[in-house]
Amino acid sequence: MPSAIFEFFSDHTFRTVALGSGILGIVSGALGTFAVLRKQSLLGDAISHAALPGIALAFLLTQSKATLILVLGAALAGWIGTYFITLILQKTHLKDDSALGLILSVFFGFGLVLLTYIQKQPYANQAGLDKFLFGQAAALLERDVISMSVLSLFVLLVLLLFWKEFKLLSFNPDFGFSIGFPVKILDFMLTGLLVLAIVIGLQTVGVVLMSAMIVAPAAAARQWTDRLGRMVLLSAIFGALSGVIGAIFSSTTAKLPTGPTIVLCLTVFVIISILFASQRGLLWRWIKEQRNRRRLQVEAVLNDLLILAEQHGDIQHGHPIEVLRTMSIGHGGVDRSLQELRARNWVNQLPSGNWILTKEGYNWAKKLSGKEGNS
Amino acid sequence: MENDNTLAIDVDDLTVAYREKPVLWDIDLKVPRGVLMAIVGPNGAGKTTLIKTILGLVKPAAGRVLIHERPYKEQRHLVAYVPQRGSVDWDFPTNVLDVVMMGRYGELGWIRRPGKTEQQLAEEALQKVGMLDFKKRQISQLSGGQQQRVFLARALVQEAQVYFMDEPFQGVDATTEKAIVKLLKELREAGKTVLVVHHDLQTVSEYFDWVMLLNVRSIASGKVREAFTENNLRLAYGGKVAFLTHHTHENPKNEVNNSNLSG
Repeated sequence: MPSAIFEFFSDHTFRTVALGSGILGIVSGALGTFAVLRKQSLLGDAISHAALPGIALAFLLTQSKATLILVLGAALAGWIGTYFITLILQKTHLKDDSALGLILSVFFGFGLVLLTYIQKQPYANQAGLDKFLFGQAAALLERDVISMSVLSLFVLLVLLLFWKEFKLLSFNPDFGFSIGFPVKILDFMLTGLLVLAIVIGLQTVGVVLMSAMIVAPAAAARQWTDRLGRMVLLSAIFGALSGVIGAIFSSTTAKLPTGPTIVLCLTVFVIISILFASQRGLLWRWIKEQRNRRRLQVEAVLNDLLILAEQHGDIQHGHPIEVLRTMSIGHGGVDRSLQELRARNWVNQLPSGNWILTKEGYNWAKKLSGKEGNS
Repeated sequence: MENDNTLAIDVDDLTVAYREKPVLWDIDLKVPRGVLMAIVGPNGAGKTTLIKTILGLVKPAAGRVLIHERPYKEQRHLVAYVPQRGSVDWDFPTNVLDVVMMGRYGELGWIRRPGKTEQQLAEEALQKVGMLDFKKRQISQLSGGQQQRVFLARALVQEAQVYFMDEPFQGVDATTEKAIVKLLKELREAGKTVLVVHHDLQTVSEYFDWVMLLNVRSIASGKVREAFTENNLRLAYGGKVAFLTHHTHENPKNEVNNSNLSG
C-alpha cells in the first residue's frame, strides 16, 4: 500500500490532480464556514447550479475550453443568479427558500438545454463539457491547477485581510452598520468570494454536488470547535483531505466520477464529527447521560437505604436486596449500585445477605437528601 | 455638559412605510442631553423601527435625524446601539471577550485588528457589567441575562454619547434587570443620553425620567410625570389600560372631566 501511494504521488498527472483537489477543498472549506454561519448553505447550491449556463455560454461564445474562460463564465452566471435571488426577495413576497429553489432550477435547466445543444453541434472540441456536471479530477491539467491556485490565493488573502469585517458581518450585521461598516458592500464581497470558491471547484466536483464542498466541511468543523478561526482552519483541512482522497480514488478507478467520490469522503468526516466530536458529539453526550443516570441510580439506592434505616430507627438493621429492588422499580441497576456503594465503603452486606448503611454512608445519604430537599 | 440645553437627538417629520403601509408616521422627537428615556407603545407600534430608522438601518420615506445637532452620518462615533438579544445567533463560534471587542471595531476602522488596548477596554467594560469572570466563555453557554450584559458591555466600550437600546430587559432575571437599571442611571449621571425601547409600563416611572408614547404616531413625549398620563396611555394603547392607572401620574381633575365630556 505505501508503495502504491508513493507511486501515485511520484506520477506527475496524479500529483496535479491531488494538488488541484486539495486546493479547491481548502477554499470551499474556508468560505463554506462563513456561508454556513450566515445560514446561506443553500445559496452555495443555487450559485453552483446557476453557474452551468455560464460555462456553456462561455464555450459557445469563445469555442474555447480554457479553464479561465469557462470559470469566468461560471462566475458571471453565478453572480447573476445571486443578484436575481436578491431581486426576488426585494420585489416580491416570496421567501428565500422559494427564491433560491426558483433560481437554482431555472438556471440549471437552461444550462442543461445549452449543454445538450452544444453536444449536437459539430464542434471539434465539444467533448468534455459534461464533466462540469459531476466533475472529473482526472481531466485537470497543470495550467488548470495554476489558474485555480492563483484564484484561491486571491480568495484566501481577501478573506484574511477583511477577517474582522467578515466576522462582524456574519455575527451581527445591524451592529456592524451602526458602527459605520457598509454591510451591503461587505456582503457583496463575501458573496463574491463564495462565488469564486465555488467556480474554482466546478471542473473537479461538478455543479450538481459542489454545494456539499461548501456545507459539509463547515458542518463537520463546527462539531469540534467554538472558535471561528479554528473552525475555518479545520473546515479547510476537511475539505482538502476529502478533495485529495476523493480525487485519488476516482482517478485510479475507471468511470468513477470525482464529485460523488469526494462527497462520500466528506460524508465520512461529517458522520465521524457528529458522532465523536469531543463536546457536541452524540457519543460524548450519550456517555455523559449514561454517567448521569448511573449516578442518580446509585444515589437512589443510598436514599432508599436511608429511608429504611430511619423507618426502623436503627442503622444496624439489614434489608434484603429485594426490598431495594422494589423501591427502585423504574430505574433499576440496584445490584451494580450496591457493589459501587460497597466499594466506597458506604454500605455493607451482613452475613445474612441483607444490606446496611455504614456510618459514613449514612452521613453521605443525609447530606445528599438534604441537598435535594433544598433544591 | 449637564447644563447644556442643546438636543442630543432631534428627529423631524420621520415617516416610514413598508409597502405603502405606514409604520411610523410623521414622528417628531426632541431629546435633551443627559436623560434616560423610555419608548413605550403596544406591539407593532414601531418602537424598534423608530430606533432602526434613526440609526439608518431602515430607510425613511421622509424626515431627518440630528444627533448632537449634526446629521447622524457625521455623528456615528457618538452613537452606540444595543440590538435585541434575539437578533443574533448565540451559537456563533466566538467568546464573550471577542463580542465585546467588536464595540471597538468602528474606532479601529478597516482591516486593523483588535490588540492589547482593545482587550483592556473590553475587560473594563465586562467588569462594569459584572461579567469579567466569563470573558473566555463561549457565548452559546450564556443565560439570557448574561447575553444582555455582554451586549451592554459591547456598547460601553464604544465610549459613545448617545445610547439606543432595544428591549434590554427582555427575558432577563430580576438581578440582571436591577444591574442594568443601575448601569443606565450611571450613564445618565455621566451626562450620556440613553433611549430604551421598553415593554413594562409598571416600571417606567421608577426607571426613567423621560418617556415617549408611540403608536405609529408619536402620542406624547417629555418628562415622565408630564407625558406618562392615563389619558396618553389610553391614546397609545386603546382602552386596554385600566389596570395601569395606579402606576401613571394622576390627571388633573378638570382634564379627566374634559376628556369624559369629549369622549
